[in-house]
Amino acid sequence: MDISFKAVSHTYQPNSPFEYRALKDLSFNIQSGQFVAIVGHTGSGKSTLIQHLNGLLKPTSGEVMIGGYRLKAGEKTANIKGLREKVGVVFQYPEHQLFEETIEKDIAFGPKNFGATEEEIQTRLPKVLEAVNLDAKLLDRSPFDLSGGQMRRVAIAGVLAMEPEVLVLDEPTAGLDPKGQQEVMDMFYRLHHEKGLTTILVTHSMEDALKYADHVIILEQGKKHLEGQPEEIFVQKERLKQVQLDVPEEIQFLMDLKTRLGISITYDKHSVDDLVREIKAQIGGGR
Amino acid sequence: MASSLIIGQYVPADSVVHKLDPRTKIMMIFTFVVVIFFANNAYSYLWLTVFSLSAAALTKIKPHFLLKGLKPVWFLIVFTFLLHLFVTREGDVLTTIFGLPIYSGALIQGFQISLRFFLLILITSLLTLTTTPIEITDAIETLLHPLKKIKFPVHELALMMSISLRFIPTLMQETEKISKAQASRGVDFKTGPLKERIQAVVPLLVPLFVSAFKRAEELAMAMEARGYRGGEGRTRLRELEIVRRDYMAIGLFLIVMIGLFVLRT
Repeated sequence: MDISFKAVSHTYQPNSPFEYRALKDLSFNIQSGQFVAIVGHTGSGKSTLIQHLNGLLKPTSGEVMIGGYRLKAGEKTANIKGLREKVGVVFQYPEHQLFEETIEKDIAFGPKNFGATEEEIQTRLPKVLEAVNLDAKLLDRSPFDLSGGQMRRVAIAGVLAMEPEVLVLDEPTAGLDPKGQQEVMDMFYRLHHEKGLTTILVTHSMEDALKYADHVIILEQGKKHLEGQPEEIFVQKERLKQVQLDVPEEIQFLMDLKTRLGISITYDKHSVDDLVREIKAQIGGGR
Repeated sequence: MASSLIIGQYVPADSVVHKLDPRTKIMMIFTFVVVIFFANNAYSYLWLTVFSLSAAALTKIKPHFLLKGLKPVWFLIVFTFLLHLFVTREGDVLTTIFGLPIYSGALIQGFQISLRFFLLILITSLLTLTTTPIEITDAIETLLHPLKKIKFPVHELALMMSISLRFIPTLMQETEKISKAQASRGVDFKTGPLKERIQAVVPLLVPLFVSAFKRAEELAMAMEARGYRGGEGRTRLRELEIVRRDYMAIGLFLIVMIGLFVLRT
């Protein structure tokens, strides 16, 4: 589904001493099938932004279009439940939303709310379990018996089981160990391509944004600071510095390589091995 | 939802009322709540109204915000007024509404009682608006200190109070977070038949309790790790101190009280 923000502002508790403008006149477009990273500091408005994607919040001015759904101040959105079925949101620390007696019931909770039949759920279950790499033997256990990492996988499976067209991820790897982080991100990346999802990733990690996204939006105090392809965005060291963001490690490495050794390589989603090969080729070695 | 109710909400500002010692404020407000019942004529009520409104003005909190915050209790105030208006039978009959006689005494009494009600709520909400919860519990702990002699667990009580107060906003945030997560999974908290809406609370309450217990355990552990062992011999980071400002406030307040007893009949 195509998503567009047109001059969207959101103010919390308007007309009180606690008035806070979280989004200011924000406009951008996301095309169906894109993998978009939204990057910014704490308080830059990321969380407010993603709550507009499934109608948890409405803009206080401006307009949000998600597929055929329109969110606008003072206007009642028709069939908001339909919107929430199509836009799956994995919130920060999604394991906090687990509540059912068994893992199976918890995963089935979302689809059931959106009217999926028992059969549909049973056909979806093995698929989502495989996607998040969980053992089917666990299905009858209580989600509260699991380790933190496994609980997160169950919670993610619960969102995937809704079979959304748009997947919104709010720092899905926060608090996981490095290996877990890698696994979870690779899983989302794989799903993105396999199912043709539109994925919106909110992250602090410049490296993840560079590696997975094909479009990056950098927010600063509720405004759009930069937007574009990651290869273009992440080389603008000065502009990033203005909002206290760093250049991703890979890009920084290539920059140093150029200034110190005069080897010029343009970043093009290289893996570490590819990069080694390219550098070898450049220095004419291959030893 | 919670944004319209301001009782119990602290609004930071740089005002004399904010800076007063919380004990001074508690004692004055406590006295005021008792003494307001001694007012019995127009002058004494006017006197107390002037005092309350000037106290409110001194807090530097915007008046429209104060009034908006009192919105939930307006209904009660109006209701009290109407009840007295129709039920009291004193003085002369002024007029009749819907076949019910309205007495002059009823008008006066209804007005007095609702004014008293309004002043009580205004003044007590000023306490929480200008004093942080931590200051309030600190003040209560010192004020109740003499009860230690009869083995009353003053420190523990104060600690329980400050922990509960401290976690109200945290739990509110948590509730909001979880209800949003469940709403995203298709739970409808706002519409639908009552039975379904009650059932919708389960996915909200279970995670909330789980996290509250987890938090309690972590807090207990953190306190033990930092050597907490009750109030015995514990020193404070912020010592409460009665300064000149407080003496002046108390002096002014006493004048108001004496004035009240002079004015009442």
